[in-house]
Amino acid sequence: MDSLICYLPNKVNIYEFDWLFLTQPPKRYWEETENTDQRRPEEEQGTAVQNQNKSTVKERSLKRKNGESLEKKDPFSGEAPIPHKQLQKFQRGEKYKVPAGARQRLKEAIISSEAMSELAQKQAARYDLLLPEDAGFLEGDEDEDTNTISQDDIADAADITSGSKVYVIAFSLYLLKKLQIQKNVFVCNRHLLVGGKKGHVACIDWQSKDLMCEMNVMETVNDVKWLHTEAMFAVAQKRWLYIYDSKGLELHCVKKFNDVLRMQFLPYHFLLATASATGFLQYLDVSVGKEIAAICTKMGRLDVMSQNPHNAVIHLGHPNGTISLWSPNQKEPLVKILCHRGAVRSLTVDKTGTYMVTSGLDRKLKVYDIRAFKPLHSCFLPAGASCLSLSQRGLLSAATGDIVQVYQNVLGSSPVSKPYMAHRLQGQIWGLAYCPFEDVLGIGHGEGFTSMIVPGAGEPNFDALDTNPFRSSKQRQEWEVKALLEKVQPELIGLDPGQLSKVDQASFEQRHKEHVEALGFDPLAKDKFKPKTKKKGRSSAGAIEKRKRKVAHEDQRDKIRQTVQERTERDKEQKEKSNEKKNLGNKSTLDRFRK
Amino acid sequence: MAVESGDEDDLSINEQAISASEDEEGSDDERKHKKLLEAISSMGGRKRKKQSERSEASVQVSEFFVNAEGTGEKVNISDLLGTVEKTSGAANKTKKQLRNLQNSKGTLALPLNKQQTEKIQRGIAYEKTTKEVSCWQNIIVQNQKAEQIVFPLNQESLGPKQVEQVVAGWKAQTPLEQEIFRLLHSNSHPVNDPVLTPVEEASLKAMSLEEAKIRRAELQKTRALQSYYEAKAKREKNIKSKKYHKIQKKGKRKEFLKQFEEMVKTNPEGALEELKKMELSRMEERMSLKHQNSGKWAKSKAIMAKYDDSARKAMQEQLQMNKDLTQKIVVPSDDEHESNEEGLETVPDFVNDPEPIIDPVNPWMRVQLTHEEPEVSCVTTDEPQTAEQENEEEELIGEFERKRKLRQADEEDLIPTEEQSKRAGLKKILAQKNEKTLEGTNQTPQGLNTPEREDEEGLLNEGQIRVRNIEDLEILDEDVDPQPIVATSEPPNKKKSEIDLKKVLTKDAKVVKVPFLPTVVEEEDHGEQISIIKEAFAGDDVISDFIKDKRKQEAAGKPKVVDLTLPGWGEWGGVGLKPSRWKRKRFRIKMASSPPRQDRKLPDTIISENRNTSIASHQVSQLPFPFQNTAQFESCIRTPIGQTWNTQGVVKKMTKPKVITKLGAIIAPMVKEDFINKTTTSAGKGPQKKKKSVYQRPNLICHHPNITTIGQRIN
Repeated sequence: MDSLICYLPNKVNIYEFDWLFLTQPPKRYWEETENTDQRRPEEEQGTAVQNQNKSTVKERSLKRKNGESLEKKDPFSGEAPIPHKQLQKFQRGEKYKVPAGARQRLKEAIISSEAMSELAQKQAARYDLLLPEDAGFLEGDEDEDTNTISQDDIADAADITSGSKVYVIAFSLYLLKKLQIQKNVFVCNRHLLVGGKKGHVACIDWQSKDLMCEMNVMETVNDVKWLHTEAMFAVAQKRWLYIYDSKGLELHCVKKFNDVLRMQFLPYHFLLATASATGFLQYLDVSVGKEIAAICTKMGRLDVMSQNPHNAVIHLGHPNGTISLWSPNQKEPLVKILCHRGAVRSLTVDKTGTYMVTSGLDRKLKVYDIRAFKPLHSCFLPAGASCLSLSQRGLLSAATGDIVQVYQNVLGSSPVSKPYMAHRLQGQIWGLAYCPFEDVLGIGHGEGFTSMIVPGAGEPNFDALDTNPFRSSKQRQEWEVKALLEKVQPELIGLDPGQLSKVDQASFEQRHKEHVEALGFDPLAKDKFKPKTKKKGRSSAGAIEKRKRKVAHEDQRDKIRQTVQERTERDKEQKEKSNEKKNLGNKSTLDRFRK
Repeated sequence: MAVESGDEDDLSINEQAISASEDEEGSDDERKHKKLLEAISSMGGRKRKKQSERSEASVQVSEFFVNAEGTGEKVNISDLLGTVEKTSGAANKTKKQLRNLQNSKGTLALPLNKQQTEKIQRGIAYEKTTKEVSCWQNIIVQNQKAEQIVFPLNQESLGPKQVEQVVAGWKAQTPLEQEIFRLLHSNSHPVNDPVLTPVEEASLKAMSLEEAKIRRAELQKTRALQSYYEAKAKREKNIKSKKYHKIQKKGKRKEFLKQFEEMVKTNPEGALEELKKMELSRMEERMSLKHQNSGKWAKSKAIMAKYDDSARKAMQEQLQMNKDLTQKIVVPSDDEHESNEEGLETVPDFVNDPEPIIDPVNPWMRVQLTHEEPEVSCVTTDEPQTAEQENEEEELIGEFERKRKLRQADEEDLIPTEEQSKRAGLKKILAQKNEKTLEGTNQTPQGLNTPEREDEEGLLNEGQIRVRNIEDLEILDEDVDPQPIVATSEPPNKKKSEIDLKKVLTKDAKVVKVPFLPTVVEEEDHGEQISIIKEAFAGDDVISDFIKDKRKQEAAGKPKVVDLTLPGWGEWGGVGLKPSRWKRKRFRIKMASSPPRQDRKLPDTIISENRNTSIASHQVSQLPFPFQNTAQFESCIRTPIGQTWNTQGVVKKMTKPKVITKLGAIIAPMVKEDFINKTTTSAGKGPQKKKKSVYQRPNLICHHPNITTIGQRIN
């Protein structure tokens, strides 16, 4: 029963358990149930386990005399099976087999750790979300492209009672009067933060449409960003970086961070990464207010920035068509990729950290696999994409001039040919952002802010322990404390997030070398095979040599055996195939007359 | 007097020794008390002479004490004897003993010297203590391995207790309670969940005394029998005579055959099993070289065989053994009886040849195959033939085999006899026959094989074509790419890389169709516009810059050659003089080449080779004890233990503390009785516990029925 509670927000689960607890109290075995055999089958399923124990003393004695079991077999004996797919979802690394000549202690250690990880995997799979929700989708009539369906039609067709998912926010009207040009948009669950180029900043609870604050900073606003909660946000103004609270009160003016053009907030590290016009990439620890790192990229003006949510690496796009990956721990880029012939205009990374989508001045849209740093495919957009954004479920929205295009199945090996949805707006588009856990895309454009329904954009199942979109203020406070306690240190940022669980190979080797020198022998070396001395002339030099040869190159032999087996299998398959072909090919035209 | 006092001292010392040895006994107290009194009295200065007890007869009896004449002298047995014989009262037995003593002339050995005795004693003491200490070994290892130890050790178990344990001392007192209890107990219903129901207990008790006695007797008998058998087996095992064992084996085999024949009639299933066993032994024989006349003994016999009849016989016997063992055992069925028997007479003895290995890929096997090919083919091809032919051939093959073995047996001394020549003739015939059959049989496989080969060739051709196609495609690609490639100084070494960077970047991209085209022209600052245009036309410069950058990085990463040449050493130096070639060669030290770059196959990527040192302080840099390589250790810590990834129960289990101490409780050192008792009780309670577990399960489930059912409902 241990951690059922953590996933209980799913209502369906609660019903299930209610039903379970409402069943009649269990019977003791001496409480006579006379017609156990004549029970209805439905009842039998539920109480199958109890059934075994309800046999009375009489029955027992009977059973002993007859030597046959009167009890029925439990149709669902043992633990409930876990589907393989679910198990695989929670698999962490490959299983490790105990090596052949392992010592006892090592064997025990490996076996116990394997057992523990298996248990962890099993339990995690068992307590995974039950009855998950399906994502939304948009389907046109026959011969109707989904990208021709207008937003009004969608809004009309959607069920009102189905709640927040189907939701048109007509902010454009509301904001038009006040904010002339929208530069950036950032949506934090239900809180929307917009900043205008002329200095307008506003944050709105977009579900209740409450205006939390609105102000004019009387300066150019380059970027706005929520910090870890909706209580604070950072604004990159013309000269310095400012931090305001949700009421619009200025909390800090960080003068170490000047001419900031773009910002990214790394939520698990509490880091605010800024890219400036002077080519500096700076990291600000929001929890302690300290500058963690300031890196001179020497790449000129940095106005294209994105983060990889998987490993908290910052991606920067440069005017020479390259994209560089940065961590606060290295003064040089981790990786540099040449993506476009022209300047990079926009880039975004998907949630799992597998794919990167870039667009450049050469009007191309490219999808990269950033684990292997290889381009998967590219397509040519008519006007080139000025803004890119990926939703939680991998829908890509690209802004080309005054049109927002949404693409489906971009993150794969096959290129796309036409957009999933398209929407025309008034004026140039400046910013795009998906709302997490909702099928809503927020668009900042020349005439204001518009929201757009994109069915299937948001993740339908959320993990309330991680991010709860429905959390109360109390829960938020508790979450904040917990998140601060679990803050990941900036030193751990790197390309491989699992680096911490690996042995530091370089220093290990160095230390091992020293150790070997001090000892005069290698303690980790495999023992050389020493043949036993045998009697009756069986320990002659030749015999010993033979015995040695039996165990020589054991590891190599294993490998050879494996490869040979694989090859033979392959050959077999090929032979079968060729046989089939031959059988087909040998048939002559006259065969049909044969009987 | 002095002598006497010395004696006394001796006595007292002895006493002390005794008292020391028997410290625990209470009877010593009196003596001690006496001694104390004596000591006190002696301190008074006036020595009171202690009257020694009179213990033996003496001639003179002094006034003060009794003493014997000639004290201090040794008493000889002869002295005693003389007196004994004189005295009529002495028992005959003692007389005899004394006489025996006198007659025995063996002198006692000198006692060992002090050092040696001490050494022996030390050895014994060491053994004793090690024995005593080593009984802790198990518990220590157990505790080391234990996942968790709770101190203090002997705690009462928490959790729900059985009602009987809690209310052990409680009794029904009020009349109402008594009445209820009487009611409950009267019909032998269990009041609470006991281990055994009263009925079961009764049935357990039902075994009578007589039964138990009979059972015990039976057990005793079987045990005795077993011990006899064991003794017998041991004795027989110790017999070293080969002949004995041979005879024994023969006898056993005969008996077995008899039994087998009987079994065939009575118990065919058992017989089949026996047959299987025989088959197994046959397989083993075929695998081994035991009776192939190839051993050391056989070789020595082979030399002897020329002159010695018995040796020859022995060898033949061995061969016979091989034949017998490798004979295929066929279950005689009614129809095929005769033909089978015929077949059995001449067993196809190619069994000892290496098995035809049809594994062309395995390099270990291939070598052998080529060696034995002709034989194998001759064996394998004669399958589809008539029965008569088969028999003939088998005979021939049998002949061959016999010949081969003979050749093996007496290697050198073979003189071609008539038989041999005959065989040679037969051989020829066989070869001809084989050829014929081969022609017949091989035609079909060849016929089958040829199209296959053709097919394979076809496949290969296809592959080649495909390759060509790719090239074609690339050429086509180049043709299609209309973008003019500006002449750049591409380094020659860059051409080596498989993928051309330019091709990668200028690859044709698919054009996306959009329902409507953007109408708004992007409004941006004028300066920006210009820079963008500039950048847009920078095109190829971007690529060449990138290539340059990458080359620079690669060069920086390469290990540099250290030049240690000193001009002027060992030769003339000065302006315009270079150190000689051999010197340069000698003193230039090449560093070990660095591992290959990660981006060597990615033309459009530069991956930094710098090591991330910041994380190193958090990483493990030394392997903990039982692990022998990093892979083992990494696999052991691969599962996260945090709450983010695990359920609550698993987290608790994973982060269980190794030692738990109870607050305020005294942790006393372990006492030997603790664990000894534990082990003995656990051993004693073994069977009971089992019963408990069997019967407790229902209780558990009764208490928490939901636990078991939830699992089912979840899925």
